[in-house]
Amino acid sequence: MSAAVELSGVSKHFDDIVAVDDISLAVGDGEFFSLLGPSGCGKTTTLRMIAGFEFPTSGSLRIRGREMALLPPNERPVNTVFQSYALFPHMSVEQNVGFGLLMKKVNKDEINTRVKRALDQVQLAHRADARPKQLSGGQRQRIALARALVNEPEVLLLDEPLGALDLKLRQSMQIELKELQDRVGITFIYVTHDQQEALTMSDRIGVMSAGKLLQVDDPQNLYEHPRSRFVADFIGEINLLEAKVIDSETIEFAGGSRASAESEASNGETVTIAIRPERFGLHGSDESPPVGRNTLEGTVVRRIYHGDFFFYDVDTPAGSLEVKEENRPSVRQFEVGDRVLASWSPVATTFMED
Amino acid sequence: MSVGVRPKSPTERLLAANAWLVFAFLYAPIVVLAVFSFNDNNNVGIWTEFSFRWYGEMFQNAPVMNALKNSLIVAAVSTTVSTVLGTATAVALERYRFRGQRLFDGLVYMPVIIPDVTMAVMMLLFFASAFRMTGGFGLSFGLGTISLSHIAFSISFVAIVVRARLGQLDPSLEEAAADLYAGRWMTFRKVTLPLIAPAVAGGALLALTLSLDDVVVTSFVAGPGSTTLPVYVFGLVRRGVTPLINAVSMVMLTASMVLVAVSLVFQRERGGRSVSGDA
Repeated sequence: MSAAVELSGVSKHFDDIVAVDDISLAVGDGEFFSLLGPSGCGKTTTLRMIAGFEFPTSGSLRIRGREMALLPPNERPVNTVFQSYALFPHMSVEQNVGFGLLMKKVNKDEINTRVKRALDQVQLAHRADARPKQLSGGQRQRIALARALVNEPEVLLLDEPLGALDLKLRQSMQIELKELQDRVGITFIYVTHDQQEALTMSDRIGVMSAGKLLQVDDPQNLYEHPRSRFVADFIGEINLLEAKVIDSETIEFAGGSRASAESEASNGETVTIAIRPERFGLHGSDESPPVGRNTLEGTVVRRIYHGDFFFYDVDTPAGSLEVKEENRPSVRQFEVGDRVLASWSPVATTFMED
Repeated sequence: MSVGVRPKSPTERLLAANAWLVFAFLYAPIVVLAVFSFNDNNNVGIWTEFSFRWYGEMFQNAPVMNALKNSLIVAAVSTTVSTVLGTATAVALERYRFRGQRLFDGLVYMPVIIPDVTMAVMMLLFFASAFRMTGGFGLSFGLGTISLSHIAFSISFVAIVVRARLGQLDPSLEEAAADLYAGRWMTFRKVTLPLIAPAVAGGALLALTLSLDDVVVTSFVAGPGSTTLPVYVFGLVRRGVTPLINAVSMVMLTASMVLVAVSLVFQRERGGRSVSGDA
């Protein structure tokens, strides 16, 4: 996998504020890569540096192996889909989509052909003469995409492009975007604060916080094996428990219950482990604990009905647990006040590095 | 259920009366001016009968026509130059960062605040010393100095109007243009300028009006034979008012109203379009 975009040691300072702090990252050719993080984490600044709207304070930025950190946007083989779409209001849809080709001095006939093809691709050929104002949000979004893709960029940069759409439309656009990316085979770098969006579409995700890139992984690994509290907490729900390492295979919680978990930490060290709510199973304290699973005993203090799920809050000596149980006849339901055993598989235990 | 008209409260009546009073205060003099410009009498205040006599005399009057010509030349030059420079100033202040920008930012508003008389004296002294220093080049007070002075105070007005519009413009529109391979000039020409055009036109009309109306600054920096229309009218008044002045004033008033109307139509036509990126 050759790198389409490669950042090494890239930082961006705005006066005293460090927006991006020493990021190194390689995005592969044809990859759908997401930068995920809360607002103000530096993900948009990172994208803007790749686009050329901001220049790194230090570090190197290569696109297709060529150093481009200080090149203006119009000299980079990348195109951007803006959060606000940034369609030119004084131009027709056709003129908007053809703008890049016109600036590149492509001949008129070819512009017409390619604009038409791009509009076909997003199923909006019939709106070629419309003004952006006359289009719906979803249509504008597609035009913004077509306007970028028509230039056949090496890399397409997307800055929360679905942020302005309502939930239903957003979900269908997610699928559409992913399919489009598969079809055109262009590298996508996608900025979002929506973890579900990132998990659904990406080949790999980079999680950012406070200007730092915390973890880069494929969606499944990221969800199931977060390495830091921030990543664990930002993506989905998670239980964080403190424990003491007894030996390489055993940990002990506050209150004295022990669990098997393979760790590389030295004996006696205090560690934080993370377990997803859906990884727990709940059993009555009268049942015998399942073989091969760790258990913690506690009391149900709250039950929230979610239609297809129940969320239980279980108080244990090791701490409070959030448990997600499916609403199926075969899954036993509990009431507030019931004594329960929460069980989990040793492999569902993830050790936090911070 | 009957939908009756609610009886008006005393406050409402008072406010309505006040509105009419203000209108009368503002427009009665204009009506008087207009009516007496069609008066066939040598005295302004005595009505004899309706005629276009004074309008006819106005067009026969060589000094008036000469002053009008001067006014139009100065207005054309100062409007063109100040619109270009004012727009450039607005773009520089709103879109770029440079050394001394904050100071410049404050200073650009000065001509709006400075009293006309101060501006006039400043200009007079400036040109006088400039001519002294470059003496012998045959430079003197005239249409050139008037135009330069008008440019000097109009730039600020244009810059302020254009800048307000630029401030509302979604910056990602210009970024999008750059992203789509447009250099700075093409970005300005193809995206920024069309989107701020209503403000540029508005600024230009403002500059035009200011130039056509100016008496104080112009009378300080004018030279022999370079009198503009408002200055000439002002001079006429001192020699006694004739209905000729009414006629000239009516022409100027009509011209201003047409300019304002044009600017409103223009703003409405273009202003309906949203300036933001998700338009």
